[in-house]
Amino acid sequence: MTNSLENMPLWLAIIISAFILLGGFLTLVGMIGLVRLRSFYERIHAPTLGTSWGTGSIVVASMILFTWLESRPVFHEILIGVFVTITTPVTLMLLARAVLYRDWAEGDEKSPLLKSQQKPPKE
Amino acid sequence: MSRIFPYPLLIVSLIGMWLLLTDFTPGQLILGIIVSLLAAQGLHSLQPSTPRLRRWDLIPKLIGLVLLDIIRSNIAVVRLILTEGHNKRNSGFVSIPLELKDPTALAILSVIVTSTPGTAWLDYSDSRGVLMIHVFDLVDEQDWIDLIKNQYEHLLMEIFE
Repeated sequence: MTNSLENMPLWLAIIISAFILLGGFLTLVGMIGLVRLRSFYERIHAPTLGTSWGTGSIVVASMILFTWLESRPVFHEILIGVFVTITTPVTLMLLARAVLYRDWAEGDEKSPLLKSQQKPPKE
Repeated sequence: MSRIFPYPLLIVSLIGMWLLLTDFTPGQLILGIIVSLLAAQGLHSLQPSTPRLRRWDLIPKLIGLVLLDIIRSNIAVVRLILTEGHNKRNSGFVSIPLELKDPTALAILSVIVTSTPGTAWLDYSDSRGVLMIHVFDLVDEQDWIDLIKNQYEHLLMEIFE
C-alpha cells in the first residue's frame, strides 16, 4: 500500500499543518511589520521573520510531508533554508549601507555616521 | 594533500548538496565528488583566504545557540510588531568593537546577526574593527555588546583563531 494524503494519520496531519501555519503566520507578521513600521532601519527587521523561522517552519513541514508520501527520507528542502539564510545578509547589507550613505550625504541628523565620524561633503 | 583537496569543508558540502538534489546512489556520489573537486580547484585558483578551523567540536554548540536565539527573538519581534503602538519601543544603533579579524568568522557572524530577527548588521569598519548593528528593541546598549561579544565573538574566535 502506498502512502497518500487520504490515508495519512491524523496526528501527522496536525503536526504538518501546525508547521505550515506557524511559517505562514510568521511571514504574515513580517509583512505587516514591513508595511506598518516607520523608518527604514526598523523596517529591515520585519522580513527577517520570514527568512528565519518562517522559511524554516514551512521547509520542515515539506520535509515531513514528502518523507511520508514517498516512504523515503526527503531532505533536499533543507537547501532552501540554507541558501535563504546565507544570502540574506548580502541584500540586507547592500540596502542598509546605501541608506547609511544617503543619510550621511544628506546630513540627516539621525544618521549614526554623522555622530561618530566625519562631516558630510560640502555643497 | 592540500593541493588536491584545497577546501575540505567546501568539497564535503558540495557533495552533500549534489546528493540531496539528485539521488543517494553510488553513481551520483562519484559524479558529485568529481564536480566538487573541480569546483574546489576553481576556487583555489581564485585564491581566497583559507579558513582554518581549530575546534570542530564547538560547531554544534554554535548552531544550537543560534537556533535557540532565532526562536527567542522571533517570538519577541512578533510580539513587538503585533502590539505596536501600545507600548514604547526604542530602536537604535549600537557600535561594537570586535577583536575578531578572520574574514570567514566575520561572515558567519554577519549571517547570525542578520538571521536573528531584531538585529541587523549595518556596517563593519575593517581598519577600526568596529561593527555597527541596528537593534529593533533597544533597552540597554551594553546588553547587546555583551551578548554579541561574549556569546558569539568568543565562540567564533575559539573556533577560528
